[in-house]
Amino acid sequence: MILYRAALAAALVLVGAAPTMAQTGQAMAQTCYVCHGPGVKGAGQIVGLVGLPKDHLVRQMADFKADKRPGTIMNRIAKGYTDEQLALIAEYLAALKK
Amino acid sequence: MRTTRRRFLKSAAASGAAVSLLGAPAIAQGVAGKVVVVGGGFGGATAAKYLKLANAKLDVTLIERDDRYITCPFSNYVLGGFRKIEENVQTFDALTKLGVKVTKGEAAGIDAPGRLLRLSGGSRITYDKLVVSPGVELNYKGVPGYDESLAEKLPHAWKAGPQTTLLRSQLEAMPDGGTFIMVAPPNPFRCPPGPYERVSTIAWYFKNHKPKSKILILDAKDAFSKQSLFQGAWESEYPGMITWIAGKDGGKVESVDAASMTVKSGFGAEKGTVINVIPPQTAGRIAIDGGLTDDRGWCAVDPQTFASRKAEHVYVIGDASIAGAMPKSGTAANVQGKVAAAAIVAALDGKAATAPALLNICYSLVTPDYGISTTDVYQVTADRGIIATPNAGGVSPRAPTAMGERKLEAEYTRAWYQAITADTWG
Ligand SMILES: Cc1cc2nc3c(=O)[nH]c(=O)nc-3n(C[C@H](O)[C@H](O)[C@H](O)COP(=O)(O)OP(=O)(O)OC[C@H]3O[C@@H](n4cnc5c(N)ncnc54)[C@H](O)[C@@H]3O)c2cc1C
Ligand code: HEC
Repeated sequence: MILYRAALAAALVLVGAAPTMAQTGQAMAQTCYVCHGPGVKGAGQIVGLVGLPKDHLVRQMADFKADKRPGTIMNRIAKGYTDEQLALIAEYLAALKK
Repeated sequence: MRTTRRRFLKSAAASGAAVSLLGAPAIAQGVAGKVVVVGGGFGGATAAKYLKLANAKLDVTLIERDDRYITCPFSNYVLGGFRKIEENVQTFDALTKLGVKVTKGEAAGIDAPGRLLRLSGGSRITYDKLVVSPGVELNYKGVPGYDESLAEKLPHAWKAGPQTTLLRSQLEAMPDGGTFIMVAPPNPFRCPPGPYERVSTIAWYFKNHKPKSKILILDAKDAFSKQSLFQGAWESEYPGMITWIAGKDGGKVESVDAASMTVKSGFGAEKGTVINVIPPQTAGRIAIDGGLTDDRGWCAVDPQTFASRKAEHVYVIGDASIAGAMPKSGTAANVQGKVAAAAIVAALDGKAATAPALLNICYSLVTPDYGISTTDVYQVTADRGIIATPNAGGVSPRAPTAMGERKLEAEYTRAWYQAITADTWG
């Protein structure tokens, strides 16, 4: 127990000292689940994204971001990410299993 | 913190030999760590699930006072008469199947230095990390003349369940030509668009069944969420039915009198046939009693991890937390639950937390076929905490295009409910 506490304390120090890290593709992609369903399997009228290749996802998000593809909400959401972040999200989603 | 511990020890001693200790420290059991989650709502259930998904070896216990959870989202549709309350029921079966120890009980106190959660009845449970997601506490006394017992006559319906069905039955019993008065709460409160969606769905019911009826909103605030969208929709869908009185125009309520069904404000003394009082709010009681709140009753957290600023090894998510630009919504609670879960898994592994990913969406229905939304993606800044990412997010277009956005967004509102409930309890 004491050892364990000590290890945790050390970890906390590390956390405090670490520079702010980037958002992972996983963390960002998991926020999409609130509409596209867990594992982006789809929900009701909102389409699933599982099984779509990375390039396709990147292109759709870029088109939403640039208002080249119309949407009710994805344009507003896609604009919240840099191109690098969108690539990370797409990479994570494209690797999900059906 | 000292006082908390002393108070805790005193009450533990008071309950004497009956005190049992649920579970031993995690390390002794050879598991990856022991996490206790208080509250099985949008925040707590998501945190418990994502902790288990990230590391199945974690010992995760969910403490919830009720056997099942009834969602506030979509309870306004019960009031509008186009949904049954039973459809809002979520169970903890899937969480149990995943290995979460779902435990019925009332969290009553936190001994942060001792890493102990005290349950009412005297038992205690140890933790390595504690997640607190208790939702809100209603401050009944914040509306003069109102109190908890009067909620049986003037329902708040701000926690879904019997309060929702009580308000619905009052609306059903109301004669055509009656007046529905809503006392709307000051900021900050659970679900910023909620009162205005509620007025809309009740107007839908009146329009179809009691068209001579009127709706009066007496508001403590001068502005509200999706205001121009709501007001535009009220003009087109329910012309002349809804009057909204801003705080600056006398909308702030001075008192309610249940006997004469009268609400007094700077606007005058108004008689209502049905009165819905939504009181001011704070973080849930356990957050206050556990010493996690500031002087205004909410929980300050590290925006990177949702770790409490008041107690080590404790995380506060959902309505109870102060999350900068994020509203108090089910979506926000779900997303914050994932952030806290990831931060806890990293900390127990001795690793630094990665940056949080934060997003919100609040859909509202004005009629069953008329949906509007507000959404944002967030980032954490050193000086201003959580802010909405600039040049993104925002509300549905004021003037819908040929796409038929309102009808589509009504469909997507229902899809969101399916998605988020599956993501949280499924
Ligand atoms: C009318 C209405 C409509 C809404 N519509 C929407 C919507 O469309 N979209 C949206 O995103 N949000 C909506 N919301 C907001 C949403 O309901 C809340 O933001 C959300 O529930 C917050 O989640 P939480 O985990 O913080 O708290 P809750 O979901 O309230 O969960 C708290 C849980 O903890 C339990 N609990 C509390 N204290 C204890 C204790 N001491 N011991 C044991 N258990 C305890 C409670 O029983 C409860 O189950 C709406 C709210 C209302 C009132
Ligand atoms: C508020 C709900 C919501 C959230 C959150 C959301 N989406 Fe969407 N998504 C939609 C809707 C609705 C559509 C249909 C297009 C529209 O109306 O905007 C869509 C469409 C898409 C499409 C097009 C699919 C196709 O078949 O071409 C992609 C790709 C997509 N979303 C990716 C994402 C990603 C990635 C995220 C997370 C960063 C995300 N979405 C978050 C609601 C959402």
